[in-house]
Amino acid sequence: METLIIILTGVLVSVATYLFLSRNVIRIILGTAVLTHAAHLLIMTMGGLKTGGVPVLGEETSTFTDALPQALILTSIVISFAVTAFLLVLAYRLYQESRSDDLSELRGMVNE
Amino acid sequence: MSNILVLPVVIPVLIGIILVFFRSQIQIQRWLSLASILSVTGISLYTLNMIQSEGILRLDFGGWQPPFGILFVGDSFSLLLVFTTSLVAAVCLIYAFYSIGEKRERMFFYPFVLLMVAGVNGSFLTGDLFNLYVCFEVMLLASYALITLGGTKPQLRESIKYVTINVLSSWFFLVAIAYLYGTVGTLNMAHLSERIAEAGQTPLLTVISILFLLVFGLKAGLLLYFWLPGSYSVPPTAVAALFGGLLTKVGIYAMFRMFTLLFYHEPAITHTIIGIMAGITLIGGSFGAIAYKDIRQIVSFNVVIAVGFILVGLAAATPAAIEGSIYYLVHDMLVKAALFLIAGSMVALTGTPMIDRMSGLIRHYPMLGWSFFIIMLALAGIPPLSGFMGKFLIGQGAIESGAYILLALSLISSIFVLYSLLRIFLNCFWGESTTSEEEVVPLSKGWLVPCVLLTAASIGLGLGAEFVSPYVADAAKTLSNPYIYIDAVLNK
Repeated sequence: METLIIILTGVLVSVATYLFLSRNVIRIILGTAVLTHAAHLLIMTMGGLKTGGVPVLGEETSTFTDALPQALILTSIVISFAVTAFLLVLAYRLYQESRSDDLSELRGMVNE
Repeated sequence: MSNILVLPVVIPVLIGIILVFFRSQIQIQRWLSLASILSVTGISLYTLNMIQSEGILRLDFGGWQPPFGILFVGDSFSLLLVFTTSLVAAVCLIYAFYSIGEKRERMFFYPFVLLMVAGVNGSFLTGDLFNLYVCFEVMLLASYALITLGGTKPQLRESIKYVTINVLSSWFFLVAIAYLYGTVGTLNMAHLSERIAEAGQTPLLTVISILFLLVFGLKAGLLLYFWLPGSYSVPPTAVAALFGGLLTKVGIYAMFRMFTLLFYHEPAITHTIIGIMAGITLIGGSFGAIAYKDIRQIVSFNVVIAVGFILVGLAAATPAAIEGSIYYLVHDMLVKAALFLIAGSMVALTGTPMIDRMSGLIRHYPMLGWSFFIIMLALAGIPPLSGFMGKFLIGQGAIESGAYILLALSLISSIFVLYSLLRIFLNCFWGESTTSEEEVVPLSKGWLVPCVLLTAASIGLGLGAEFVSPYVADAAKTLSNPYIYIDAVLNK
């Protein structure tokens, strides 16, 4: 199970990298979203997948599910939600201002 | 247990949220934000003195004992940086009162500044690795908003790069945390340090530490500084000064914590890589600083040089070098903010950022000119100004550890710093004035006073080294002996 999820993470990372390297702003934003999902899957896998126990550690229980990765992922999802929302608004403002969503048309300043 | 530790984070957050509801009452926004930042300054100074008598303080949230809960840990290093942060933020706020403009003030400028300060303070104080990530994100989200506030075309263009590169580095941060959690099974920094010391720093852990180095290198602009000059030169002056003074320093702080508390067992690998990165940063920053004619670019590249310089201290890793780095970190926060404020004022007064189009400014603005001159000397490390102690101790540490190439690079970079700023001074302040008496734009006191305040703080830090040195020495002692930190967190 762990191996499968790690391979899935790898696929997501390569998809995200492909999207990231494009010149289109919307694709880059989608890339960031896919990239964070890959990280979430990785964190979940690191905590160990499905051992069949409840996330409570008692004296009598022998197996338990590590609840910490879930808490980390939840926090990270909220943060990535905020960042993605911000990026979308930013892309929209950029389009309004420059009538283009192509990064190569937004070259930096020149040194005279 | 000491509840005072949470105040530097909670006060700015709460006031920031309250201020959202006072959008149109600008006077309330101004005075409340300044008052809250000043109160944080006072609290951090009080806490700093408390640490000297009572040792490292800690606060377990919800009463969860470490290593199970999230906690704040206050040692001298953290509190020294929290104090400097609030000082710089207060001065930048005063500058913003007179320069930022009503339009931005109505668009939640002050709440964003307060949230950013809260994020910075949280990063300094937290004792949990994932909490560090969260505080970084709080700080970064506020900075995304601040860099785009106003929505001019250059701002939007640079901010899309800034946001993307930071999302990427945050992703690496998450991945590194995941690997570390999978390997060691804890995220409490003191607990991590203990477990790594017990099990030995295996090659796997060293690779993870390099991943952390990459993350904080991106955030601090160590070697990976390509995004920095562009994004630091577009926002309004007060924001640029906050960025230049505070943001990269958080990355530097995190690197110091990581490589003195957790990954200090393999200096032959990690600290050598840090040394190489610092050396290249010094070279690249020096070339950048003399290559541009845009004053904002020159100042931004000076930030890069300082990052390289401070990390030379970490690469050398002797107690003297670490003490020097702490000294230089505090000095650099004050002085870089001053430099950005003065450069921004010059651009606003003359209407051009190009240094060959400014001339003879000192005739009309003598105080601004001499402040710049003093700041320049402080950055070059002339005694008795504030840069001297740091440069001296880092140099001493580099000699002790035999890093002669780094020593040479850091000394040569000081000459480049001096040259790049002297070029601004000679071009812009010296020479014949090109504007006639009637055309001169008067310099408002609200612009001059913050610059002079920070210059005075730099002189004070240099002359008052006697008063500052106990705190710096204590901070360096804790960094050099990780067991002081671990004992304070786990065995109290």
